[in-house]
Amino acid sequence: MKQTGTDRVKRGMAEMQKGGVIMDVINAEQAKIAEEAGAVAVMALERVPADIRAAGGVARMADPSIVEEVTNAVSIPVMAKARIGHIVEARVLEAMGVDYIDESEVLTPADEVYHLNKRDYTVPFVCGARDLGEASRRIGEGASMIRTKGEPGTGNIVEAVRHMRMMQSQIKQVVGMSEDEIMTEAKNLGAPYDVLMEIKRTGKFPVVNFAAGGIATPADAALMMQLGADGVFVGSGIFKSDNPERFARAIVEATTHYEDYKLIAELSKGLGSAMKGIEISTLEAKDRMQERGW
Amino acid sequence: MINIGILALQGAVREHAKALEASDVNVIVVKRTEQLDELDGLVFPGGESTTMRRLIDKYDFFEPLKAFAESGKPMFGTCAGAILMATEIKGQDDPHLAVMDMTVERNAFGRQRESFETALNVNGVGEDVHGVFIRAPIIERVGPSVEVLSEYEGDIVAAKQGQFLACSYHPELTDDDRMHQYFVQMVRKNQVLA
Repeated sequence: MKQTGTDRVKRGMAEMQKGGVIMDVINAEQAKIAEEAGAVAVMALERVPADIRAAGGVARMADPSIVEEVTNAVSIPVMAKARIGHIVEARVLEAMGVDYIDESEVLTPADEVYHLNKRDYTVPFVCGARDLGEASRRIGEGASMIRTKGEPGTGNIVEAVRHMRMMQSQIKQVVGMSEDEIMTEAKNLGAPYDVLMEIKRTGKFPVVNFAAGGIATPADAALMMQLGADGVFVGSGIFKSDNPERFARAIVEATTHYEDYKLIAELSKGLGSAMKGIEISTLEAKDRMQERGW
Repeated sequence: MINIGILALQGAVREHAKALEASDVNVIVVKRTEQLDELDGLVFPGGESTTMRRLIDKYDFFEPLKAFAESGKPMFGTCAGAILMATEIKGQDDPHLAVMDMTVERNAFGRQRESFETALNVNGVGEDVHGVFIRAPIIERVGPSVEVLSEYEGDIVAAKQGQFLACSYHPELTDDDRMHQYFVQMVRKNQVLA
């Protein structure tokens, strides 16, 4: 009997993206550049995070015509962002045939209390997290893929590094615990007990974990892979750089060969300026996207 | 012990490694062309075929992989891997490695929301093989020397041509290792012949 929308099918889709780069694009032309450069998927947006940050105001789901334009332009999977807790934006994207939905803190949250019940959907979801508790809560709600939140649109890798290191170190702690310690750890982290037990048993997240939020150079992408990311999202980093085609290719190659430093040196030569970037301490708390969601 | 490589430019490499290790073979994660020399068989994992092809070209894998195919050693492609092996890709001017006589259609079942899992009857493998189809291709046409191993609702989803094995679905995402065991048998037989 044929079954759609199962955990295996939704998580499996993310497994196929491993070792790859998912790029933010805002039109068909950028989507084609991304596909040509070897992106494993594109994220269709109205604005990249750096521009959302600059524009201020309420950031919502992209105009469906942009999602449609991107979908028609490429054969690789297309992702799109819905606001945290916005049931209808998510349903609209699902109805349009988007391959993966990012319930994203880059957009202004629609619900400050509840995230989406992602188990209700046939389409898989990716969600951001800063630590194991947050990641486990999202997995508990049915997320099929996790990514670090980082600090989107800053071109500054420090927050993504913090989140990835935190998750990896907490996973190691859980694996090292005895079973009778897990319930207390679940209470402390605010994490579903079953998810922690599965992590303890298998030694890893039950879903793929990508890096996102602040990746601006090939070396940044390789760094996140070394810290244990299964792949990377690059938002503003590519199309805010001087030479998007070369940047896109270089980031794809650095992600594949993240331990080949000679190669990373070669492909970083004369790339032109990366995006300008923002020092995190200059951001006021209200401007930190990572604080959105819980 | 025989050496089976997994082309590790992008995709579900770890899952294939786990399935192959259960068959008591030495698994080699292939990132460099010189690693091909030590292999008795090679797996092309699932992933994104356009990405893999770009990295194949970038790292000069194209000719060595063609030579590997010509040497008669077995190759097994799942999903994107099958697309890499096909002589023809519907709607595309050029194929990739073009080693197995078949035409594939990419994303033939539709988008991700149409992805599914089901039980399949696969000739020589089992009557209830667990098939996970993720934005999967179908094998639209096969050449005269290709043996069809499985069909799903009239579409070919697994086939074999001599040393080449291809399927639309992802046996690596399941606990059902029979497709991998079947491929390992192909590699062992080829070794006896060689």
